[in-house]
Amino acid sequence: MSEQAIKTGGHLQSIVHDWSDQKQAFHVPWGKLMMWIFLISDTFIFSCFLVGYMSVRMTTTDPWPYPSEVFALNLFGHTVPLILIAIMTFILITSSGTMALAVRYAHFRDKKKIALLMYITALFGASFVGMQAFEWTKLIGEGVRPWGNPFGAPQFGSAFFMITGFHGLHVSVGVLYLSIVATKVLNGVYDKKNNYDIIEITGLYWHFVDLVWVFIFAFFYLW
Amino acid sequence: MTTYLPIADQPSELHDPHTFISKYVWSQDHKVIAIQYGSTAVFVGLIALVLSGLMRLQLGYPNTFAFIDPSNYLQFVTMHGMIMVIYLLTALFLGGFGNYLIPLQIGARDMVFPYLNMLSYWFYLLSVLILLASFFVHGGPTGAGWTLYPPQAILRGTPGADMGIILMLASLAVFIIAFTMGGLNYVTTVLQARTHGMTMMRMPLSVWGIFVATILGLFAFPALFVSAVMMTFDNLIGTSFFMPAVQSLGQNVAHTGGSPVLFQHLFWFFGHPEVYIVALPAFGLVSDVLSTHARKNIFGYRMMVWAIVAIGALSFVVWAHHMYVSGMNPYFGFFFAFTTLIIAVPTAIKVYNWVLTLWQGNIRMTVPMMFAMGFIFTFIHGGLTGIFLGNVTIDLPLSDTYFVVAHFHMVMGVSPIMVLFASIYHWFPKMSGKMFNVTLGKIHFWATFLGTYAIYLPMHYLGILGVPRRYYAIGTTSFIPDSAMALNANITQAALFVGVMQLVFIINIIWSLVKGKPAGHNPWEATSLEWQTPDTPPHHGNWGEKLPVVYRWAYEYAVPGAKDDFVPQNIPPEEVVMLPGAGKYVNRSEEH
Ligand code: HEM
Ligand SMILES: [Cu+2]
Repeated sequence: MSEQAIKTGGHLQSIVHDWSDQKQAFHVPWGKLMMWIFLISDTFIFSCFLVGYMSVRMTTTDPWPYPSEVFALNLFGHTVPLILIAIMTFILITSSGTMALAVRYAHFRDKKKIALLMYITALFGASFVGMQAFEWTKLIGEGVRPWGNPFGAPQFGSAFFMITGFHGLHVSVGVLYLSIVATKVLNGVYDKKNNYDIIEITGLYWHFVDLVWVFIFAFFYLW
Repeated sequence: MTTYLPIADQPSELHDPHTFISKYVWSQDHKVIAIQYGSTAVFVGLIALVLSGLMRLQLGYPNTFAFIDPSNYLQFVTMHGMIMVIYLLTALFLGGFGNYLIPLQIGARDMVFPYLNMLSYWFYLLSVLILLASFFVHGGPTGAGWTLYPPQAILRGTPGADMGIILMLASLAVFIIAFTMGGLNYVTTVLQARTHGMTMMRMPLSVWGIFVATILGLFAFPALFVSAVMMTFDNLIGTSFFMPAVQSLGQNVAHTGGSPVLFQHLFWFFGHPEVYIVALPAFGLVSDVLSTHARKNIFGYRMMVWAIVAIGALSFVVWAHHMYVSGMNPYFGFFFAFTTLIIAVPTAIKVYNWVLTLWQGNIRMTVPMMFAMGFIFTFIHGGLTGIFLGNVTIDLPLSDTYFVVAHFHMVMGVSPIMVLFASIYHWFPKMSGKMFNVTLGKIHFWATFLGTYAIYLPMHYLGILGVPRRYYAIGTTSFIPDSAMALNANITQAALFVGVMQLVFIINIIWSLVKGKPAGHNPWEATSLEWQTPDTPPHHGNWGEKLPVVYRWAYEYAVPGAKDDFVPQNIPPEEVVMLPGAGKYVNRSEEH
């Protein structure tokens, strides 16, 4: 946004100005913009998965299992519904917080703190995937399979494994991505380029993966 | 805060590759990648062309060719359709022309992320190899039709149910990954890497068409990706996303409760935008070819841009016009018929503007211009039948007949291919530095243009008679007269003729690459930046020491009082040579 645009008009006008400007449409490094566009495209993938799931859930001829019963955990003799998912969700949201802090320290070029916070974020992510693996094992033990389950419509298991699996894949890739970038930070790779944009770009991806989880959580576990 | 400069202001960081491998094989140069994409696409396109010849042989002369049985026929149909739509047209327009033209026309040195761009090509090649592998596996390629509708795509009775369908779905998934890697580059490059003075509203329409089509692709391919994943699971591990409980070959299948209509919705949520992923780049490219060879500015540039954007947006809300006979709620039909007819408005605007661009132009009947004008004919033709099919009541009897085949071949088969040829002839001199043979080019045009009409006009009539599409043989029925069979034979003759005449094109290209006369740096006297490069063909980095500076839009032809009848985008106003007594040069595009 140029000085002049700020002076002469409101937000709308400055948007128009950016888009009609030479050289570039957004005042951000290209890597960040590219990540944004990728995430919008990825949003379409997740939306299609979720819409597909909701659609088969409504059209399937068999009754749908009760999520609060299927996803309950037996703790100290009590059946607690959705407790594992609550913990997993909490962990993932916390990891968004540590990621945001890493981005903050990237502005100060504080290599140690950036790397530490990113490793912590990755650790949270890894534990999320671990708990997901635990949940999968538990459900498989109870006879839930992609092609059928004892509780009702076979689409329950199909959609569950497919969607959480696809999301889990995203988290796993994110853990890898975070660890690689954190290691490069420690090795001073970005000092050589004098460019720490990558931290923010990684952060965008990570926040996205968290955000998607909130939707999966709402549509799969709470509905 | 990290500070950063717009790409146009950054020092060039390109490292010139020195070995043959890094220059031509693992190349990160957008021009080399474009040519890799283009030649791979043309190669698979030729396979699809041969397949269509085989189908026509069967239809024109039933019971003559022992090697074409019903299963083979369906496999040919499927592979022909899928290759043409995805692996030829999408890849050639976006991977080929997108890669070549975007950086050159906006004045960039390369795509913003060349490494990813290179990967994009190799993934595309992988997807092509997976697809072609299905010809050699047990059971052959899938014969489910390019729409891959379940349940029959998966059921045992369909050809290719063993491995063919799996390879098809895998190949599509890999293609989508390849497209995404390329597409992210195209969009980001257009948005962020333009040169000094190059505003969005000064970009040639080619870039606009490719840019909006790529955005459509990034939003539409996810639906195909998801349906491919879900169908793979239905097929391999026995889930029931799309598979209801059905009987197949006398047995109950092990599926229950899935929704075949869900697949259709997902497929067409991709499928309709896909036709515009192919059409919008064609719209853009043809606008530039028409304007250049008519020596006139494109009529209504702004309207053309907004029409591209509007068509792109609307194309996401019309998909179910492919499903009028699928058993949807009738109110859906009402809604989708409405949106479908709305989209005809911006489309018609574009057609009027092309014609008005020609109006009183100083038309040069070059080979690219002939193909571009051929496109206007075929596109109007296909567009009109689209309006028929968009209305539910008219579509019901015509659905799944040869009328639909004629419609989509005119509109997304022949028309984009006319533009492809126009564009290849138009940019060949820049890509190779050589001029093609004009006589061969004209022979190629007339054979293709008249030939395709001979193929597709009669198909409309066959469709109105009720001849169904995707049938191996019609047999004898009361509603299809014998004359229809004679017509089928004629169509086959025309199809084989057109197919063989494409050899003229291939020969012309190869001959011209070796023996063609040097073309000079701007043989068409065009204004856009790619014709102003210091070298032809452009070197790595495109612009030598300094990026070009842009002073106006790309359509400054027939400028009143100027000595030449065109002013390139990068000539400063004070350097424009005027005729004696003509006064000073006025930048007509000040508002552009
Ligand atoms: C005014 C513009 C258009 C209208 C109103 C229109 C309408 C339709 C309708 C209603 C159908 C479904 C017919 C049926 O299955 O019964 C159809 C099929 C088709 N259209 Fe269009 N169309 C238009 C332009 C285009 C364009 C620009 C393209 C491609 C570049 C295109 C490509 C196709 C294809 C490939 C099919 C066949 C799909 C199949 O296999 O079922 N159409 N069109
Ligand atoms: Cu459509």
